[in-house]
Amino acid sequence: MIKAILIFNNHGKPRLSKFYQPYSEDTQQQIIRETFHLVSKRDENVCNFLEGLLIGESDNKLIYRHYATLYFVFCVDSSESELGILDLIQVFVETLDKCFENVCELDLIFHVDKVHNILAEMVMGGMVLETNMNEIVTQIDAQNKLEKSEAGLAEALACAVSAVKNMNLPEIPRNINIGDISIKVLNLPSFK
Amino acid sequence: MMVPSLKLPDLIQEIRGAKTQAQEREVIQKECAYIRASFRDGDPLQRHRQLAKLLYVHMLGYPAHFGQMECLKLIASPRFTDKRVGYLGAMLLLDERHDAHLLITNSIKNDLSQGSQPVRGLALCTLSTMGSAEMCRNLATEVERLLLQESSSYVLKKAILTAVHMIRKDPELASIFLPPCSKLLHECHHGILLGTITLIMELCERSPVALRHFRKVVPQLVQILRTLVTTGCSTEHSISGVSDPFLQVKILHLLRILGRNHEESSETMNDLLAQVATNTDTSRNAGNAVLFETVLTIMDIHSAAGLRVLAVNILGRFLLNNDKNIRYVALTSLLRLVQSDHSAVQRHRPTVVECLQDTDASLSRRALELSLTLVNSSNVRTMTQELQTFLETCPIDLRADCASGILLAAERFAPTKRWHIDTILHVLTTAGAHVQDDAVANLTQLIGGAQELHAYSVRRLYTALAKDISQQPFVQVAAWCIGEYGDLLLEGSCEETEPPQVEEEEVLALLEKVLQSHMSLPATRGYAITALMKLSTRFQDNNRIRQVVSIYGSCVDVELQQRAVEYSTLFRKYDHMRAAILEKMPLVERGGPQVDEEAKESKEVPQLLEATVPDTAEPQATKLLDLLDLLDGMSRDSQHPVSLDSTPGNALVHPLDLPCATPPPASIPNLKVFEREGVQLNLSFTRPPGAPALLLVTVTTTNSSGGDVTHFICQAAVPKSFQLQLQAPSGDTVPAQGDLPITQIFRILNPNKAPLRLKLRLTYNHFGQEVQEIFEVNNLPVETWQ
Repeated sequence: MIKAILIFNNHGKPRLSKFYQPYSEDTQQQIIRETFHLVSKRDENVCNFLEGLLIGESDNKLIYRHYATLYFVFCVDSSESELGILDLIQVFVETLDKCFENVCELDLIFHVDKVHNILAEMVMGGMVLETNMNEIVTQIDAQNKLEKSEAGLAEALACAVSAVKNMNLPEIPRNINIGDISIKVLNLPSFK
Repeated sequence: MMVPSLKLPDLIQEIRGAKTQAQEREVIQKECAYIRASFRDGDPLQRHRQLAKLLYVHMLGYPAHFGQMECLKLIASPRFTDKRVGYLGAMLLLDERHDAHLLITNSIKNDLSQGSQPVRGLALCTLSTMGSAEMCRNLATEVERLLLQESSSYVLKKAILTAVHMIRKDPELASIFLPPCSKLLHECHHGILLGTITLIMELCERSPVALRHFRKVVPQLVQILRTLVTTGCSTEHSISGVSDPFLQVKILHLLRILGRNHEESSETMNDLLAQVATNTDTSRNAGNAVLFETVLTIMDIHSAAGLRVLAVNILGRFLLNNDKNIRYVALTSLLRLVQSDHSAVQRHRPTVVECLQDTDASLSRRALELSLTLVNSSNVRTMTQELQTFLETCPIDLRADCASGILLAAERFAPTKRWHIDTILHVLTTAGAHVQDDAVANLTQLIGGAQELHAYSVRRLYTALAKDISQQPFVQVAAWCIGEYGDLLLEGSCEETEPPQVEEEEVLALLEKVLQSHMSLPATRGYAITALMKLSTRFQDNNRIRQVVSIYGSCVDVELQQRAVEYSTLFRKYDHMRAAILEKMPLVERGGPQVDEEAKESKEVPQLLEATVPDTAEPQATKLLDLLDLLDGMSRDSQHPVSLDSTPGNALVHPLDLPCATPPPASIPNLKVFEREGVQLNLSFTRPPGAPALLLVTVTTTNSSGGDVTHFICQAAVPKSFQLQLQAPSGDTVPAQGDLPITQIFRILNPNKAPLRLKLRLTYNHFGQEVQEIFEVNNLPVETWQ
């Protein structure tokens, strides 16, 4: 089971944190700090696995990958295949790449909710849900379209409401007082 | 008029722009205030934006619990945008510890039955991430319905994994989810298959009945795997040329579970496993992942002998691979196999030992674990040699494991006593700070038992001690040894080492050096002074010893002072008994009750002695060392200062008073400690028989008045030499009229058997008033601390 998925940069600032077991906020922050501390000490050419300390459970391993300025860390227990998780991280990053077009750290910073949505299509409840990149991307696109159309509707609605409020219609006169006008109606000559 | 708030990207921009932590906090606090206001009375259409900002702030570590109710509102909204953010918020902010989480059960139920496809997906995702046991029970039927009737594969695969989560939270639901499995296995969609296999694995691991039931799908699984392996890669699911390695690995894992201990299933799998093992492309990580899983499966089931050999060879090949990840996984797999197939793994021992020297900390740790399991009587000498070399250079966090591993191996397989003593000595001098506390006791017992080696040991120890007095456990052993066998040191005849010319003066000088060194722990000093004392009967010249002992009669350290005074008295008033008291120690029974030695020693001391009887340092020190074992949480580092400064009142323990066996748990009377307006506090005590230093106090709060007691908090304080642990109370409310009381348990550790003092502080609300009481508990029964 995957216990947590963390993404942070080379200075330890969290870019994404998802926990699949209930931990208090303090514990979560502590986990992030400790993980960064351990992972940043690692050399470049050592293996991608770290024995867990985390949360007092001796079963846990940290499987991490370092891409440019970001560390992707999956904290798993012994029931997961280590090499499989390495591949999973790779698939995750490739999916992000596809969804964001040459993803970089800024994309993750400014679109954290979208990253959560993508991750939710891949890993659910600590278990691997789907690994087919195309399917994930299709789903995400469909959901984004749905959101956009709703936003479009909502905006149109808001626009319409505010437009009506702002219309400057002249006052419609209530009483039209027309004085007595005698209108001589001429007999119109009948045309042959 | 509300100040227009920032949009999420702008907020992020501003946070990044903050130069200091304080600035960042300011920005966030301002924004949070705005978000709170907007939650109260803002535009519902903008609510999802506010929550998104809050979630970002939460990720950075700032408190965001006020957003919990907003999540609920957003989930209940009909818009997809709202639901998306709402469910995400629920996953991040709510979990089973908060009472509010149950409120989304209804929304989830509605969404599961009436929502559109993506909405159903969202609901399942949230349920599987934060669903508590109660939520799962409420929604189990919904999920079951989805498993049986759902047409969309997207929702179906999510429903399956949600079922797995539900079973984990409440194992009784397993029976509901068992029937749909067989049908689901026939699906072609890989996501569904992946989920189904996970579900079957969970069911099989929880119930042997399910395991038997699913054995009949083994042929089907074999078929699926075969299709995956043989058809050329469908680009859909393939990763670097291997078709859907995730599914392959999962199937292999399930086959392992099903084939374990079952001949028939194992046989069905044999061909397929051979095929996978030989045909998988190992040039990329994905292929290796599949291969490893195959190897693990082969070793776990009843496979053909040829297949097992193939598997172990594959692992051996991987050990030599350049890729560190592969080597790590190979070592891990070998560690799992070593229990069942010891001889096969032994073949790879040289490679494993090489991995010890790897610079990668993870690899060397694994290699160490594996090497320690591979030590046996035939290779113990070479292995210990390797391990000792490793000990000298290994990283600090591995030292303790390595040292204790070597000592254990030496104990089990030592070819000769002398080799054993040598090994322990070497470990103590190399990594003395990291050995466990009982190493000292073990070594002294070992030396004591090896009569023929007394001379040899004492010489070795003396020479090593002369070089270095910093490693405390070693110094303790050396001091003890010199004290016991100092006469052999002077004799100068020993076959095994060449006799160093040792003078009395030198020996005494060395012991004095140990006594005076600032590196010596109080325990070590205790050993040294007792050793000096013992030498007074072995050596000729007593003046120097008397001098040193009397100097320490005014030492600052209470324990040392006490010993020095006792020894001085021994010189002055009881000189005729000195020789008898300081005779050679009888052999200590390892692990036997320490009191036997006390009894033996005391037999030599006549009853006339009313003055303080000098306990020889040995039994006292070992008794203390044994008590150290009792205290959980004590660090294994033997440098931990042993608090020998027992309070003066309790230092004199008449030897014959010591209990010979652990006393039966005497029932200690309950104590009523507090009463005010109908609120009563009672203490009851238990001394568990296995742990003489432990006292369990149960505090029971009852309320016989007419008003409820709420927000009840009880805190306690004890003197410094005790360790106190408060466990969580059963609640913080005591309803009126003698209803359910609150109980809370205190664990008090009293290693020095000092008199117990307890101060309690109570705060609670009663009859609308806040009450605070601080008081010390008097009349604590003596049995609680003796």
